[in-house]
Amino acid sequence: MSGTFLVGNGAGFSGDRVDAPIPVVRTLVRRGLPAALFFETLGERTVALAQLERRRDPEAGYEPMLERLLEPILEACFRHRIPILGNFGAANPPAAARLVARLALRLGLPDLRIGLVAGDDVMGRIALDQLPVHEADGSLDMRTARLVAANAYIGARPLAEALARGADVVVAGRTSDPALAIAPLAHHFGWAWDDWEKLALGAACGHLLECGSQVTGGVFWDPGVKDIPDPADIGFPIAEVTAAGGLIVTKAEDTGGVLDLRTVKEQLLYELHDPARYVTPDVVLDITECTLEQAGRDRVAVRGLIGHPAPETLKVTASFEGSWLGEGEVSVAGPNALARARATADVLLQRLERRGLPVRARVDLIGVASVHDSDAGALWRSYRGPEPPEVRIRLAAEGADRDAVDQAAREVLALLCCGTAGTGGARWRVTPRILTRSYLVLRERVPTTVSVATAREMAA
Amino acid sequence: MSGSPSGAEGGLVEVPLHVLAHSRAGDKGNRLNLSLIPYRPELYPILAEQVTEARVLALFRHRGATRCTRYDLPRLGAFNFVVDDVLEGGVNGSLNLDGHGKTHSFRLLSLTVRVPGALAP
Repeated sequence: MSGTFLVGNGAGFSGDRVDAPIPVVRTLVRRGLPAALFFETLGERTVALAQLERRRDPEAGYEPMLERLLEPILEACFRHRIPILGNFGAANPPAAARLVARLALRLGLPDLRIGLVAGDDVMGRIALDQLPVHEADGSLDMRTARLVAANAYIGARPLAEALARGADVVVAGRTSDPALAIAPLAHHFGWAWDDWEKLALGAACGHLLECGSQVTGGVFWDPGVKDIPDPADIGFPIAEVTAAGGLIVTKAEDTGGVLDLRTVKEQLLYELHDPARYVTPDVVLDITECTLEQAGRDRVAVRGLIGHPAPETLKVTASFEGSWLGEGEVSVAGPNALARARATADVLLQRLERRGLPVRARVDLIGVASVHDSDAGALWRSYRGPEPPEVRIRLAAEGADRDAVDQAAREVLALLCCGTAGTGGARWRVTPRILTRSYLVLRERVPTTVSVATAREMAA
Repeated sequence: MSGSPSGAEGGLVEVPLHVLAHSRAGDKGNRLNLSLIPYRPELYPILAEQVTEARVLALFRHRGATRCTRYDLPRLGAFNFVVDDVLEGGVNGSLNLDGHGKTHSFRLLSLTVRVPGALAP
């Protein structure tokens, strides 16, 4: 048990920069300390979309960029004994594990050990309608709702068990995001699962790192106000954790981005509600006494973390087939653009009403008011500012009937001939929607299993 | 938002939060959290007094927001606002281009406050 352990992050979401892990691993190797690397690639809906992929192809349904993410770094991590953990198994961890095995064999690493964590997928194992709803979005008729996926956010223990059994790569589906950092720390330092102070340290470490570049300058930089070096090459974060409970957050060497008190504060509060109760499966983190100190360039020390006992329940997020979403856009530009845009918006809504299409719709005037606006267009309707040089008009329509939604979106296309003078650049599409519900379930009802095998064994 | 025009008034100037503080938005379901982090510690009590739950809720009334709770973190030098029912159904139900509400940190930063001229950049 060495005094300092490094935790690096290689991805903060599905869709992150695929070349980001390379400088992280280079830094971990150069530092020569015991270390682990984790990938967080599973958003709230990602597992449901992955489940739909798996229905189409039984060997799909895991992180689509997995091979691209791992190929440049797998050999270096294996040679330097830096385990890799990820929830990149998404809806199909066994298939992801097989992909890692094939990749390892291709790279000449047949002895690479792959740990597979199962149990998060509770579809068909837990009757959801017996559980109280924790969080909900959209409206859903549970009598007719068709379930796509149901996964529990599992904690760090099975991940740590896979490491204890020698896994070089741990493939999981739904886990809590911080668990991916807690597991290698608990394994390395031998933390007890009721040492709330230590687990709080791990949870804070995971929370600060789980979104990758968000703690090193991503979604932080604001040109001329909060500038960062080389935003095209933001370095991903690395945490230094000591046996005594020290935590310093830093980042990959020779990269852009910045890590300072400002970036750490933004990420510490990201997606947090009550700062005294950040609930994870392993510990409830309390940051009300937390203090930060700049401990050198791109280094911030985090102190004063408090841990409360882990909850008796786990969060289960279930995804259901939702309605259809149709979207269409056209542009106007030049003199009188705002008046033409407003008239276009009104005509689109009139057309939907005239045709009696069973959809819920909204119009945005992109460039005037859209993302901050309401469905009723409160902001663009009341806009009295300067004339914009161009405006993009967007229609969004939602409904249960795909054909009606498609017809609504096509009303935007029809503007190419029927619209105001100088209307152009039409695009339209129809996509299925996913609805989610979260439930709380007693953790005893979500047993997990761990299996570990070499790439050679797995390929056989 | 405050109806008072910009400019000096009794040694105070009215400025948007954007020049005094930074913010990040995060979502969970139909709920949004917005951090507010002043650049200078002297600004903390001023923002605590002027950036009230009621003013932040008013920023999002047009979207149907029902409640705003502010958590103060003086040791960290930050505030955390939690706004309920602001995401028009949340990322999966909303018709908004930004269903996550990530852009709303800059709606908060457009709110104006009155500060002594020496504290305004």
